[in-house]
Amino acid sequence: MNKYWWKFLASGLLLYTVWFGFSGEVPRQPILNETIRNVYFHVPMWFGMMALMISSLVYSIKYLQKGKIEDDIYAVEFANVAIVFGLLGFLTGSLWGNFTWGSPLPKDPKIIAVEVGLLIYAAYFVLRGSFEDEQKKARLSAVYNIFAFASFMPLVWILPRLTDSLHPGNGGNPAFGKYDMDNSMRMVFYPAVMAWILIGVWISTLKIRIRLMRNKVNEV
Amino acid sequence: MKIISILFFVLLQQVEMADSLRQNGKIYVVAGVFSIITLGILGYLFFLDRKIKKLEEEIKEK
Repeated sequence: MNKYWWKFLASGLLLYTVWFGFSGEVPRQPILNETIRNVYFHVPMWFGMMALMISSLVYSIKYLQKGKIEDDIYAVEFANVAIVFGLLGFLTGSLWGNFTWGSPLPKDPKIIAVEVGLLIYAAYFVLRGSFEDEQKKARLSAVYNIFAFASFMPLVWILPRLTDSLHPGNGGNPAFGKYDMDNSMRMVFYPAVMAWILIGVWISTLKIRIRLMRNKVNEV
Repeated sequence: MKIISILFFVLLQQVEMADSLRQNGKIYVVAGVFSIITLGILGYLFFLDRKIKKLEEEIKEK
């Protein structure tokens, strides 16, 4: 992960996103107007959060298999940055919602589900804070992390589809085609998702490196 | 006649509302969203920077 090329890739994709995100062609829709461009900024926050949560889950499982404390550090820091992305997604969503749906926090199943999900993850950090012993903390929080992931994903992906939601792509079983995007938007949206995921991983690796160094310093 | 002229006057007048974010096809909502993300990530980077600085000082002391 200390290689540089993917960091340049992330920067390039992000620049592409910003440029074509603000200047590219988008479908003309009532109420949404230009805010449809937020699909390039608000939605990738959630995709980035999901990707980081999956990474966190992978390292939690790895920790339970091998018991290496480094894997625990990876898991925590990925979860940490995932929550930051989630909060950014939440804030941007409430600004967007205020000017299109008429309320910053409408009673929408997807918003409620994500609130619950973020609280479940918050409990993960509370749980970690309540243990002194390092191995015990790591083992229990790894188990809880698996539980948190397994409850977060159905909450956000499945439950809103069972009812109706203001968010497109919910209610019934539509695929990606229902996101109100045309092909020129997809040309920006997919690179945007890639870019934000890579930025998230980049920040996480910085945090992980700090934690690993701190461990070394404490050992000496 | 007087009522009609008052009505006319009211219709001609623009109603002042706080709609600066709704102008220009709401492009400023997009700018706001992007600013929130940028601020959030920059804030996080500053927080990280402080953590690294603390660690560096600790290493120096040892």
